[in-house]
Amino acid sequence: MAGHSHSQHPASTGGAAKPNTKLIWRTFWILFFITALEFLIAFTMPSGWLRVSIFVIMTLVKAFYIVGEFMHLKGEVKTLIWSIVLPLVFVIWLIIALLLEGDSILQVR
Amino acid sequence: MSTTTTVIDKRRKGSIWDGGNEPLKASYGKLMMWFFLLSDAFTFSALLVTYGMIRFSHQAYDPEIHGTFKFSQDYWPIPEKVFEAVPFLHGYELPLVFVGIMTFILIMSSVTMVLAVEAGHRNDRNDVEKWMLWTIIGGFAFLGSQAWEWTHFIVGTEEGSVARFMENGKWVEKTIFGANLVVNQYGPPAFADLFFFITGFHGTHVFSGVLLNILIFYNTATGVYERRGHYEMVEKVGLYWHFVDLVWVFVFTFFYLI
Repeated sequence: MAGHSHSQHPASTGGAAKPNTKLIWRTFWILFFITALEFLIAFTMPSGWLRVSIFVIMTLVKAFYIVGEFMHLKGEVKTLIWSIVLPLVFVIWLIIALLLEGDSILQVR
Repeated sequence: MSTTTTVIDKRRKGSIWDGGNEPLKASYGKLMMWFFLLSDAFTFSALLVTYGMIRFSHQAYDPEIHGTFKFSQDYWPIPEKVFEAVPFLHGYELPLVFVGIMTFILIMSSVTMVLAVEAGHRNDRNDVEKWMLWTIIGGFAFLGSQAWEWTHFIVGTEEGSVARFMENGKWVEKTIFGANLVVNQYGPPAFADLFFFITGFHGTHVFSGVLLNILIFYNTATGVYERRGHYEMVEKVGLYWHFVDLVWVFVFTFFYLI
Protein backbone atom coordinates (compact mmCIF):
# COMPACT_ATOMS: atom_id res chain seq x y z
CA MET A 1 0.00 0.00 0.00
CA ALA A 2 2.73 2.44 1.02
CA GLY A 3 4.58 2.12 -2.27
CA HIS A 4 1.28 2.51 -4.05
CA SER A 5 0.46 5.83 -2.44
CA HIS A 6 3.91 7.22 -3.03
CA SER A 7 3.56 7.11 -6.78
CA GLN A 8 0.22 8.95 -6.60
CA HIS A 9 1.45 11.70 -4.32
CA PRO A 10 3.18 14.00 -6.82
CA ALA A 11 -0.14 14.46 -8.61
CA SER A 12 -1.57 16.28 -5.62
CA THR A 13 1.27 18.74 -5.39
CA GLY A 14 1.28 19.52 -9.08
CA GLY A 15 -1.91 21.58 -8.99
CA ALA A 16 -5.48 20.42 -9.50
CA ALA A 17 -5.95 17.76 -12.15
CA LYS A 18 -8.94 18.13 -14.45
CA PRO A 19 -11.99 16.12 -13.42
CA ASN A 20 -12.91 13.40 -15.86
CA THR A 21 -16.62 12.82 -15.35
CA LYS A 22 -17.98 12.25 -18.84
CA LEU A 23 -18.45 8.51 -18.38
CA ILE A 24 -20.11 8.99 -14.97
CA TRP A 25 -22.79 11.30 -16.38
CA ARG A 26 -23.32 9.08 -19.38
CA THR A 27 -24.01 6.17 -17.01
CA PHE A 28 -26.37 8.37 -15.02
CA TRP A 29 -28.38 9.25 -18.12
CA ILE A 30 -28.59 5.60 -19.13
CA LEU A 31 -29.92 4.66 -15.67
CA PHE A 32 -32.32 7.60 -15.71
CA PHE A 33 -33.59 6.79 -19.17
CA ILE A 34 -34.19 3.11 -18.37
CA THR A 35 -36.04 4.00 -15.15
CA ALA A 36 -38.23 6.48 -17.03
CA LEU A 37 -38.96 3.80 -19.62
CA GLU A 38 -39.92 1.41 -16.84
CA PHE A 39 -42.51 3.90 -15.62
CA LEU A 40 -43.87 4.32 -19.12
CA ILE A 41 -44.23 0.57 -19.53
CA ALA A 42 -45.80 0.22 -16.07
CA PHE A 43 -48.66 2.50 -17.06
CA THR A 44 -49.16 1.64 -20.72
CA MET A 45 -48.68 -2.10 -20.94
CA PRO A 46 -51.07 -4.71 -19.52
CA SER A 47 -49.46 -6.90 -16.86
CA GLY A 48 -48.39 -10.32 -17.94
CA TRP A 49 -45.37 -12.48 -18.56
CA LEU A 50 -44.08 -10.24 -21.33
CA ARG A 51 -44.13 -7.13 -19.12
CA VAL A 52 -42.46 -9.00 -16.26
CA SER A 53 -39.66 -10.23 -18.52
CA ILE A 54 -39.13 -6.72 -19.92
CA PHE A 55 -38.84 -5.38 -16.36
CA VAL A 56 -36.38 -8.11 -15.35
CA ILE A 57 -34.19 -7.51 -18.41
CA MET A 58 -34.18 -3.73 -17.83
CA THR A 59 -33.26 -4.29 -14.18
CA LEU A 60 -30.36 -6.51 -15.18
CA VAL A 61 -29.17 -3.86 -17.64
CA LYS A 62 -29.26 -1.25 -14.87
CA ALA A 63 -27.42 -3.63 -12.54
CA PHE A 64 -24.77 -4.11 -15.23
CA TYR A 65 -24.17 -0.36 -15.47
CA ILE A 66 -24.13 0.20 -11.69
CA VAL A 67 -21.72 -2.68 -11.03
CA GLY A 68 -19.66 -2.20 -14.17
CA GLU A 69 -19.27 1.59 -14.25
CA PHE A 70 -20.07 2.94 -10.77
CA MET A 71 -18.44 0.09 -8.84
CA HIS A 72 -15.88 -0.17 -11.62
CA LEU A 73 -15.90 -3.96 -11.77
CA LYS A 74 -15.33 -3.67 -15.53
CA GLY A 75 -11.86 -2.29 -14.86
CA GLU A 76 -10.79 -5.03 -12.46
CA VAL A 77 -8.80 -8.11 -13.46
CA LYS A 78 -10.70 -11.05 -14.94
CA THR A 79 -10.18 -13.29 -11.90
CA LEU A 80 -11.85 -10.74 -9.63
CA ILE A 81 -14.75 -10.22 -12.04
CA TRP A 82 -15.47 -13.92 -12.21
CA SER A 83 -15.05 -14.55 -8.50
CA ILE A 84 -17.83 -12.01 -7.91
CA VAL A 85 -20.12 -12.87 -10.82
CA LEU A 86 -19.84 -16.65 -10.89
CA PRO A 87 -21.12 -17.35 -7.32
CA LEU A 88 -24.36 -15.56 -8.26
CA VAL A 89 -25.22 -18.70 -10.20
CA PHE A 90 -26.49 -19.99 -6.83
CA VAL A 91 -29.26 -17.39 -6.95
CA ILE A 92 -30.30 -18.67 -10.36
CA TRP A 93 -30.20 -22.18 -8.94
CA LEU A 94 -32.48 -21.13 -6.06
CA ILE A 95 -34.98 -19.57 -8.46
CA ILE A 96 -35.03 -22.63 -10.73
CA ALA A 97 -35.25 -25.00 -7.76
CA LEU A 98 -38.22 -23.13 -6.31
CA LEU A 99 -39.94 -22.89 -9.68
CA LEU A 100 -39.69 -26.67 -10.00
CA GLU A 101 -40.21 -27.72 -6.37
CA GLY A 102 -41.97 -24.72 -4.81
CA ASP A 103 -45.38 -26.19 -5.41
CA SER A 104 -44.74 -29.17 -3.14
CA ILE A 105 -43.26 -26.93 -0.42
CA LEU A 106 -46.44 -24.85 -0.42
CA GLN A 107 -48.56 -28.00 -0.20
CA VAL A 108 -46.89 -29.39 2.91
CA ARG A 109 -46.46 -26.15 4.86
CA MET B 1 20.98 -6.88 -2.42
CA SER B 2 21.18 -8.52 -5.83
CA THR B 3 20.82 -12.05 -4.39
CA THR B 4 17.52 -11.17 -2.71
CA THR B 5 16.14 -9.83 -5.97
CA THR B 6 16.95 -13.02 -7.86
CA VAL B 7 15.31 -15.14 -5.17
CA ILE B 8 12.07 -13.16 -5.45
CA ASP B 9 12.22 -13.27 -9.24
CA LYS B 10 12.60 -17.06 -9.22
CA ARG B 11 9.60 -17.45 -6.95
CA ARG B 12 7.49 -15.19 -9.13
CA LYS B 13 8.15 -17.34 -12.14
CA GLY B 14 6.19 -20.20 -10.55
CA SER B 15 2.71 -18.76 -10.30
CA ILE B 16 1.07 -15.45 -9.50
CA TRP B 17 -0.62 -17.23 -6.58
CA ASP B 18 2.70 -18.07 -4.87
CA GLY B 19 2.62 -14.85 -2.89
CA GLY B 20 4.61 -11.64 -2.84
CA ASN B 21 2.23 -9.83 -5.17
CA GLU B 22 -1.44 -8.97 -5.65
CA PRO B 23 -2.96 -11.43 -8.12
CA LEU B 24 -6.28 -9.58 -8.19
CA LYS B 25 -4.60 -6.15 -8.41
CA ALA B 26 -6.76 -4.91 -5.57
CA SER B 27 -5.97 -4.16 -1.96
CA TYR B 28 -7.05 -6.42 0.88
CA GLY B 29 -9.74 -4.00 2.07
CA LYS B 30 -11.28 -3.60 -1.36
CA LEU B 31 -11.37 -7.36 -1.92
CA MET B 32 -13.03 -7.95 1.41
CA MET B 33 -15.62 -5.30 0.61
CA TRP B 34 -16.36 -7.07 -2.66
CA PHE B 35 -16.80 -10.44 -0.96
CA PHE B 36 -18.91 -8.94 1.79
CA LEU B 37 -21.15 -7.39 -0.84
CA LEU B 38 -21.40 -10.76 -2.58
CA SER B 39 -22.66 -12.33 0.66
CA ASP B 40 -25.05 -9.41 1.13
CA ALA B 41 -26.30 -9.94 -2.41
CA PHE B 42 -27.22 -13.49 -1.41
CA THR B 43 -29.19 -12.21 1.58
CA PHE B 44 -31.17 -9.78 -0.52
CA SER B 45 -31.68 -12.37 -3.26
CA ALA B 46 -33.10 -14.75 -0.67
CA LEU B 47 -35.50 -12.06 0.57
CA LEU B 48 -36.69 -11.22 -2.94
CA VAL B 49 -37.01 -14.88 -3.93
CA THR B 50 -39.08 -15.38 -0.78
CA TYR B 51 -41.28 -12.49 -1.88
CA GLY B 52 -41.77 -14.14 -5.26
CA MET B 53 -42.60 -17.49 -3.73
CA ILE B 54 -45.10 -16.16 -1.18
CA ARG B 55 -46.73 -13.95 -3.76
CA PHE B 56 -47.04 -16.90 -6.11
CA SER B 57 -48.74 -18.93 -3.37
CA HIS B 58 -51.49 -16.28 -3.09
CA GLN B 59 -54.37 -15.66 -5.44
CA ALA B 60 -53.54 -13.03 -8.04
CA TYR B 61 -55.98 -10.22 -8.82
CA ASP B 62 -58.06 -11.03 -11.87
CA PRO B 63 -60.62 -8.45 -13.08
CA GLU B 64 -62.86 -11.18 -14.51
CA ILE B 65 -63.20 -12.95 -11.15
CA HIS B 66 -62.83 -10.12 -8.63
CA GLY B 67 -64.37 -7.18 -10.50
CA THR B 68 -62.90 -3.72 -10.03
CA PHE B 69 -59.83 -3.60 -7.84
CA LYS B 70 -60.24 -2.92 -4.14
CA PHE B 71 -58.06 -3.86 -1.19
CA SER B 72 -59.00 -7.38 -0.19
CA GLN B 73 -57.60 -10.18 1.91
CA ASP B 74 -58.50 -12.59 -0.88
CA TYR B 75 -55.82 -11.67 -3.37
CA TRP B 76 -52.38 -10.08 -3.63
CA PRO B 77 -52.69 -6.30 -4.15
CA ILE B 78 -51.42 -4.47 -7.21
CA PRO B 79 -48.43 -2.48 -5.86
CA GLU B 80 -49.25 0.68 -7.82
CA LYS B 81 -52.67 0.79 -6.10
CA VAL B 82 -51.01 0.57 -2.68
CA PHE B 83 -48.18 3.04 -3.20
CA GLU B 84 -49.96 6.01 -4.71
CA ALA B 85 -49.65 8.72 -2.07
CA VAL B 86 -47.24 11.65 -2.22
CA PRO B 87 -46.49 14.04 0.66
CA PHE B 88 -48.38 17.37 0.57
CA LEU B 89 -50.69 16.00 -2.12
CA HIS B 90 -53.30 14.38 0.05
CA GLY B 91 -56.24 12.91 -1.79
CA TYR B 92 -54.53 12.67 -5.17
CA GLU B 93 -53.95 9.28 -6.70
CA LEU B 94 -50.39 9.36 -8.01
CA PRO B 95 -49.29 5.76 -8.43
CA LEU B 96 -45.57 5.09 -7.94
CA VAL B 97 -44.66 8.79 -8.18
CA PHE B 98 -43.14 8.92 -4.71
CA VAL B 99 -41.20 5.68 -5.25
CA GLY B 100 -39.94 7.22 -8.47
CA ILE B 101 -38.68 10.24 -6.55
CA MET B 102 -36.96 7.94 -4.03
CA THR B 103 -35.33 6.00 -6.87
CA PHE B 104 -34.11 9.23 -8.40
CA ILE B 105 -32.68 10.43 -5.05
CA LEU B 106 -30.75 7.19 -4.61
CA ILE B 107 -29.39 7.10 -8.17
CA MET B 108 -28.39 10.75 -7.81
CA SER B 109 -26.55 10.08 -4.54
CA SER B 110 -24.81 7.19 -6.27
CA VAL B 111 -23.61 9.63 -8.92
CA THR B 112 -22.29 12.09 -6.32
CA MET B 113 -20.54 9.16 -4.61
CA VAL B 114 -18.78 8.11 -7.80
CA LEU B 115 -17.82 11.77 -8.32
CA ALA B 116 -16.26 11.72 -4.83
CA VAL B 117 -14.30 8.58 -5.75
CA GLU B 118 -13.15 10.27 -8.95
CA ALA B 119 -12.06 13.35 -6.99
CA GLY B 120 -10.17 11.00 -4.65
CA HIS B 121 -8.20 9.64 -7.60
CA ARG B 122 -7.11 13.21 -8.34
CA ASN B 123 -6.27 13.75 -4.64
CA ASP B 124 -8.60 16.74 -4.71
CA ARG B 125 -9.59 17.16 -1.07
CA ASN B 126 -12.12 19.94 -1.65
CA ASP B 127 -13.98 18.01 -4.32
CA VAL B 128 -14.07 14.84 -2.20
CA GLU B 129 -15.54 16.89 0.66
CA LYS B 130 -18.12 18.51 -1.59
CA TRP B 131 -19.33 15.29 -3.21
CA MET B 132 -19.31 13.30 0.05
CA LEU B 133 -21.51 15.99 1.58
CA TRP B 134 -23.98 15.73 -1.31
CA THR B 135 -23.99 11.95 -0.95
CA ILE B 136 -24.78 12.25 2.76
CA ILE B 137 -27.61 14.68 2.01
CA GLY B 138 -28.96 12.26 -0.61
CA GLY B 139 -28.83 9.43 1.92
CA PHE B 140 -30.76 11.41 4.51
CA ALA B 141 -33.30 12.48 1.87
CA PHE B 142 -33.89 8.84 0.98
CA LEU B 143 -34.23 7.80 4.63
CA GLY B 144 -36.69 10.63 5.23
CA SER B 145 -38.75 9.56 2.23
CA GLN B 146 -38.78 6.00 3.45
CA ALA B 147 -39.85 7.10 6.92
CA TRP B 148 -42.76 8.96 5.33
CA GLU B 149 -43.72 5.99 3.21
CA TRP B 150 -43.60 3.62 6.18
CA THR B 151 -45.73 6.00 8.23
CA HIS B 152 -48.30 6.22 5.46
CA PHE B 153 -48.29 2.46 5.04
CA ILE B 154 -48.72 1.85 8.79
CA VAL B 155 -51.40 4.51 9.34
CA GLY B 156 -53.38 3.55 6.26
CA THR B 157 -56.04 5.25 4.18
CA GLU B 158 -59.02 7.18 5.60
CA GLU B 159 -61.60 4.58 4.58
CA GLY B 160 -59.60 1.54 5.65
CA SER B 161 -60.84 -1.78 4.37
CA VAL B 162 -63.11 -4.49 5.70
CA ALA B 163 -61.61 -7.85 6.59
CA ARG B 164 -63.03 -10.99 8.16
CA PHE B 165 -61.52 -12.47 11.29
CA MET B 166 -62.21 -15.67 13.22
CA GLU B 167 -63.10 -14.68 16.79
CA ASN B 168 -64.36 -17.18 19.39
CA GLY B 169 -65.29 -19.58 16.62
CA LYS B 170 -67.30 -16.99 14.68
CA TRP B 171 -66.48 -14.90 11.64
CA VAL B 172 -66.54 -11.18 12.43
CA GLU B 173 -66.12 -8.32 10.00
CA LYS B 174 -63.88 -5.47 11.03
CA THR B 175 -62.59 -2.37 9.35
CA ILE B 176 -58.81 -2.17 9.52
CA PHE B 177 -56.65 0.83 8.91
CA GLY B 178 -53.10 0.52 7.68
CA ALA B 179 -50.83 -2.42 8.22
CA ASN B 180 -48.60 -4.03 10.79
CA LEU B 181 -47.05 -7.48 11.03
CA VAL B 182 -50.42 -9.08 11.91
CA VAL B 183 -53.13 -7.26 9.96
CA ASN B 184 -52.97 -5.45 6.65
CA GLN B 185 -55.65 -3.32 5.02
CA TYR B 186 -54.04 -3.56 1.59
CA GLY B 187 -54.14 -7.32 1.22
CA PRO B 188 -52.83 -10.50 2.82
CA PRO B 189 -50.74 -9.90 5.99
CA ALA B 190 -47.75 -11.51 4.25
CA PHE B 191 -47.65 -8.56 1.85
CA ALA B 192 -47.11 -6.11 4.71
CA ASP B 193 -44.62 -8.45 6.42
CA LEU B 194 -42.52 -8.65 3.27
CA PHE B 195 -42.78 -4.90 2.76
CA PHE B 196 -41.44 -4.24 6.25
CA PHE B 197 -38.69 -6.85 6.01
CA ILE B 198 -37.39 -6.07 2.54
CA THR B 199 -37.58 -2.27 2.54
CA GLY B 200 -36.59 -2.25 6.21
CA PHE B 201 -33.50 -4.35 5.61
CA HIS B 202 -32.59 -2.12 2.69
CA GLY B 203 -33.26 1.01 4.77
CA THR B 204 -30.95 -0.33 7.49
CA HIS B 205 -28.26 -0.67 4.86
CA VAL B 206 -28.84 2.90 3.71
CA PHE B 207 -28.64 4.08 7.31
CA SER B 208 -25.32 2.36 8.00
CA GLY B 209 -24.14 3.62 4.61
CA VAL B 210 -24.89 7.20 5.67
CA LEU B 211 -22.97 6.65 8.91
CA LEU B 212 -19.96 5.34 6.94
CA ASN B 213 -20.22 8.30 4.56
CA ILE B 214 -20.20 10.72 7.49
CA LEU B 215 -17.09 8.97 8.82
CA ILE B 216 -15.39 9.33 5.44
CA PHE B 217 -16.44 12.96 5.20
CA TYR B 218 -15.01 13.63 8.66
CA ASN B 219 -11.72 11.95 7.81
CA THR B 220 -11.49 13.85 4.55
CA ALA B 221 -12.29 17.17 6.21
CA THR B 222 -9.67 16.61 8.91
CA GLY B 223 -7.10 15.70 6.28
CA VAL B 224 -6.55 12.07 7.31
CA TYR B 225 -6.55 10.83 3.71
CA GLU B 226 -4.43 13.73 2.49
CA ARG B 227 -1.76 12.76 5.04
CA ARG B 228 -2.14 9.12 4.02
CA GLY B 229 -1.56 10.14 0.41
CA HIS B 230 -4.52 8.33 -1.10
CA TYR B 231 -8.31 8.23 -0.90
CA GLU B 232 -8.88 4.50 -1.14
CA MET B 233 -11.28 4.52 1.81
CA VAL B 234 -13.66 6.65 -0.27
CA GLU B 235 -13.55 3.95 -2.92
CA LYS B 236 -14.31 1.14 -0.45
CA VAL B 237 -17.26 2.89 1.14
CA GLY B 238 -18.29 3.93 -2.36
CA LEU B 239 -18.58 0.25 -3.27
CA TYR B 240 -20.94 -0.25 -0.35
CA TRP B 241 -23.01 2.80 -1.26
CA HIS B 242 -23.39 1.71 -4.89
CA PHE B 243 -24.43 -1.72 -3.72
CA VAL B 244 -27.21 -0.15 -1.67
CA ASP B 245 -28.36 1.63 -4.84
CA LEU B 246 -28.12 -1.65 -6.75
CA VAL B 247 -30.33 -3.42 -4.22
CA TRP B 248 -32.89 -0.63 -4.49
CA VAL B 249 -33.01 -1.12 -8.27
CA PHE B 250 -34.01 -4.73 -7.66
CA VAL B 251 -36.44 -3.93 -4.82
CA PHE B 252 -38.02 -1.27 -7.02
CA THR B 253 -38.61 -3.75 -9.83
CA PHE B 254 -39.74 -6.74 -7.85
CA PHE B 255 -41.71 -5.01 -5.14
CA TYR B 256 -43.19 -1.95 -6.83
CA LEU B 257 -43.31 -2.59 -10.57
CA ILE B 258 -44.22 -6.23 -11.01
